[in-house]
Amino acid sequence: MEHYHMNLTLKVWRQKNNQSKGNFETYQVKNISSEMSFLEMFDVLNEQLIVEGKEPIAFDHDCREGICGMCSMYINGQAHGPWQQNTTCQLHMRAFKDGDTIVVEPWRSTAFPVVKDLVVNRSSFDRIIQAGGYISVNTGNAVDANAIPIDKKDADDAFMAAACIGCGACVATCKNGSAMLFVGAKVSQLALLPQGGPERESRVLNMVAQMDKEGFGNCTNTYACEAECPKGISVANIARLNSEYLKAGLSSEEA
Amino acid sequence: MTFKQIFTSSIGKKFLMAFTGIFLILFLIVHAGINSCIFLNDGGGTFNTVAHFMSHNWIMRFLEIGLFAGIILHIIQGLMLWSQNNKARPVKYAVNKVEANSKWYSRSMGLLGTLLLLFLIMHLSHFYVGTKVALYSGDVEHNLYEEMRTIFSIQWVVAAYLLGVVALFWHLYHGFQSAFQSLGFHHKKYSPLIKTMGIGYAVIICTLFALMPLAFYFNWI
Amino acid sequence: MALDAKIPQGEMDKKWSDYKGHVKLVNPANKRKLEIIVVGTGLAGASAAASLGELGYKVKAFCFQDSPRRAHSIAAQGGINAAKNYQNDGDSVFRLFYDTVKGGDYRAREANVHRLAEVSTSIIDQCVAQGVPFAREYGGLLSNRSFGGTQVQRTFYAAGQTGQQLLLGAYSALERQISLGNVEMFSRHEMLDVVTIDGKARGIIARDLTSGKTERHFGHAVLLCSGGYGNVFYLSTNAMGSNVTAAWKAHKKGAYFGNPCFTQIHPTCIPVSGDHQSKLTLMSESLRNDGRIWVPKAKGDNRVPKDIPENERDYYLERRYPAFGNLVPRDVASRAAKERCDEGYGVGTTKMAVYLDYKDAIMRYGKIEAGKHGLVNPDDKTVFNLGKQVVEEKYGNLFEMYEKITGENPYETPMRIYPAVHYTMGGLWVDYELQTTVPGLYALGEANFSDHGANRLGASALMQGLADGYFVIPYTLGNYLADDIRTSSIPTDHPAFEAAEKEVTDRLNRLMNIKGKQTVESFHKRLGKIMWDECGMARNEKGLKQAIAQIQGLKKEFWSDVRIPGEINEFNSELDKAGRVADFIELGELMCIDALNRNESCGGHFREESQTEDGEAKRNDENYRYVAAWENKGDSEWQLHKEELNFEIVKPSQRSYK
Repeated sequence: MEHYHMNLTLKVWRQKNNQSKGNFETYQVKNISSEMSFLEMFDVLNEQLIVEGKEPIAFDHDCREGICGMCSMYINGQAHGPWQQNTTCQLHMRAFKDGDTIVVEPWRSTAFPVVKDLVVNRSSFDRIIQAGGYISVNTGNAVDANAIPIDKKDADDAFMAAACIGCGACVATCKNGSAMLFVGAKVSQLALLPQGGPERESRVLNMVAQMDKEGFGNCTNTYACEAECPKGISVANIARLNSEYLKAGLSSEEA
Repeated sequence: MTFKQIFTSSIGKKFLMAFTGIFLILFLIVHAGINSCIFLNDGGGTFNTVAHFMSHNWIMRFLEIGLFAGIILHIIQGLMLWSQNNKARPVKYAVNKVEANSKWYSRSMGLLGTLLLLFLIMHLSHFYVGTKVALYSGDVEHNLYEEMRTIFSIQWVVAAYLLGVVALFWHLYHGFQSAFQSLGFHHKKYSPLIKTMGIGYAVIICTLFALMPLAFYFNWI
Repeated sequence: MALDAKIPQGEMDKKWSDYKGHVKLVNPANKRKLEIIVVGTGLAGASAAASLGELGYKVKAFCFQDSPRRAHSIAAQGGINAAKNYQNDGDSVFRLFYDTVKGGDYRAREANVHRLAEVSTSIIDQCVAQGVPFAREYGGLLSNRSFGGTQVQRTFYAAGQTGQQLLLGAYSALERQISLGNVEMFSRHEMLDVVTIDGKARGIIARDLTSGKTERHFGHAVLLCSGGYGNVFYLSTNAMGSNVTAAWKAHKKGAYFGNPCFTQIHPTCIPVSGDHQSKLTLMSESLRNDGRIWVPKAKGDNRVPKDIPENERDYYLERRYPAFGNLVPRDVASRAAKERCDEGYGVGTTKMAVYLDYKDAIMRYGKIEAGKHGLVNPDDKTVFNLGKQVVEEKYGNLFEMYEKITGENPYETPMRIYPAVHYTMGGLWVDYELQTTVPGLYALGEANFSDHGANRLGASALMQGLADGYFVIPYTLGNYLADDIRTSSIPTDHPAFEAAEKEVTDRLNRLMNIKGKQTVESFHKRLGKIMWDECGMARNEKGLKQAIAQIQGLKKEFWSDVRIPGEINEFNSELDKAGRVADFIELGELMCIDALNRNESCGGHFREESQTEDGEAKRNDENYRYVAAWENKGDSEWQLHKEELNFEIVKPSQRSYK
């Protein structure tokens, strides 16, 4: 792989806090190595800003290996930037070339209010999980792990759904700001496993009710979420969410 | 979970959208089928007979109420979805590379639907109103076939109909498979099949509809 | 104060059950009145908070991330050990216990390790019941793989995302308790001090990282589950936010720090590519199951790997350690890589890397698959493609990650790897009950020192975090709280809270008022370089002494020249980081002091003065068979306390993997 260096223009959303109005600021960064990660390029910019006596750009990040789901930048019009199945922290600068202009915005969603600059509040996702994204088994109640054999395909499908990192790229990408891929992934994981059986109906009903309460939009099946999901979570999970919901809702005896 | 809770929830709305959508898809088969009788080249004899049956048979007229209810529900749900989805993102992106992750028609169902609504208003004023007037004025000999010929001799009307058909094509192209997804049907083997069926359906129905104004305008029939 | 590890009497395999049978209990009505603070929501913290919430305690949980689901346990890849013996390959609680004590190079506390091995099986049961989608065989039963330092297959896994799945399981249990009102969650909060009243831990001072405001929180007990301190090296596989602050504040408030110099340098990480590097990425140890590690036999061989013929490759692990081969424990594998690179056999542009090659594994799996498909004499390409599919299923996400970072396709060309700081076996000293030397203050998971000795075996960190949180603390904490049921909530306007908060705000103000020239990051980088050079994979007296002096100088410079922009009462990542780096600097000094004191090589701690003729680590059991527990006595002053380690069952011997 050929290494090269580049100079870039960055247009970054700056917003002091939740109350203030934000705006774009333009910055120049020089001599960026193609081997850097996108966030390392941001580190360089921030160091530069601090030395110049300016405030560095606030952005969320933690593991920097694509699994914690904390990083969340809308880069040149795409959640997590131009690479497929990728997080912002795993995006590397060889995706860009000398002279490029890069526009960076926070996730835009009513349910993800901006905290500062590129940092948003995704606690709505936690509240959705609180509504039912679990199996109610207190510590110590479990039977032997091999007591319930599970079809490998179901186990694999459950794992694929469980791979969701909760970054919110699906919401950020969806033109409707819908969270159905996130919710669908959790509902699917637990619906596919026998352990999830007893709470299967109440889970999906409660999680969807909470999702609606948080102000997320509705899915209109553009499948943009799947295309931008860093973990490639399938929209089949949304279909499963729909059918789980309809089955549970229509069979519920509450009039 | 009460009915109200179900059908006012996000998924409930999707369900209604899909359910009414499939109902309208089925209606279009009937509509296109009957109207295709004009191509029999019998001077509109068969077509007028069937049309007369459709407008006078009480079962059909009862079903008509269901049809309108379906259309209205589909429209209302669409508007509600549109408004709610707008609220979910009050601040838009300065740069949004939507073409990288989705197809334009899947993102434009609202726009296509609005075009279809405008088209529908025109379409009803052209044919539905005339039929009803004939029905209640006791004009048993109302010749819908000739009415079509008259209307489709106007150039801009033909153009407007073709535009309507194009909007319908893309609306169906996305809507057909989307309805199944919304109803919770997704299967590795069958979903691609449904998608293909949807495309085939959209092509056939829209071709038939497009041929109707063209056939009259160019005097093919 | 003399150290009492409070190890129960009796036979090793009865200690824990006897303890549980006789431990004091708290009745349900009293539990409701007892408040517990849990700092950190990784495997240890989330599982502890959830389990204690289930028992009926009033729990407050804190994490600095925006959601408890993001704690760095999530990044663990390979798996979790458990003595299930599902493979019928001779595993048992005793074997897991034995392997762990031996793997830790006889510097762990036997009783704790045995308990860990005992509860390991319940962890798997619990996780499966929560819906953790472990890998399964076609028959629907759980699948296992092997890890370094063991000869059985006891590692349960979920592709290369085991930590994620386990954490999400614990997180879901935690969220359930939040929804039930048993746990109150404080995200984007950082603990900045422990409050002690009458010598007991009674709460914490936390800072809301969004508003910048400091808060006082009372608790009858405080549990630190704040993870390890690998980021003292700047470059490590830890998350950017992983820090020692909570543990360090506890240390300053009287908790002893155990074996701070015991650091795990993981052998298989993606090598450093340049000065810009902000962190290192691990490639799971599970890759050593199938991958073969080699360097060219000739020094400075610049050919691309595929041009180097088989007989010119040195599979040095297989050569040096024929019994364990590529599956030697981490410390051994890391040192062997360093040895080859130091000798000039390294590969890649920096020459600080070795190859991890999957070619043979792909072809081996391919042949098996071809056999299954009934293909007779398939060509190499077919075999390769079939094998690639198998490898993809097992390690696909790791290979993808490697490609994203390096731009190279590891199916086609061997991966380049080099050791990197990964885990810290050292941590707050705790007794058998996981209590630190401050009554009421507990440390769980990586934050404590207890179970891994001088070297942790692969897939054991997840096991320990969950063991502590799910199955140990619910018992041992009750033993302490049973005597505390008459203590009602102490109002947070108590002078001790006031004083602690003032200390915290004074420090924040001091940091903000330095208004110097150098960035926090630059100090962190410099600290990291000192630590890596002198207190990394190989350590010696001269270097360590030098490092201590350098760190003291760096500390002075930091407190007089650091520049922190912004304000205290707002979202200010630089201020957060400054506090953490200031603590890392102090810890760095203690690590070097500890490494200097321990003039023996054991596990991850390699003193150049103490090695065998063929360069293996040489322990000195006569003089160093103890846990070094350091008591803070003020600025740069520490007093050493020793906890003698008695090995009743696993008699220390020279560790051999040959």
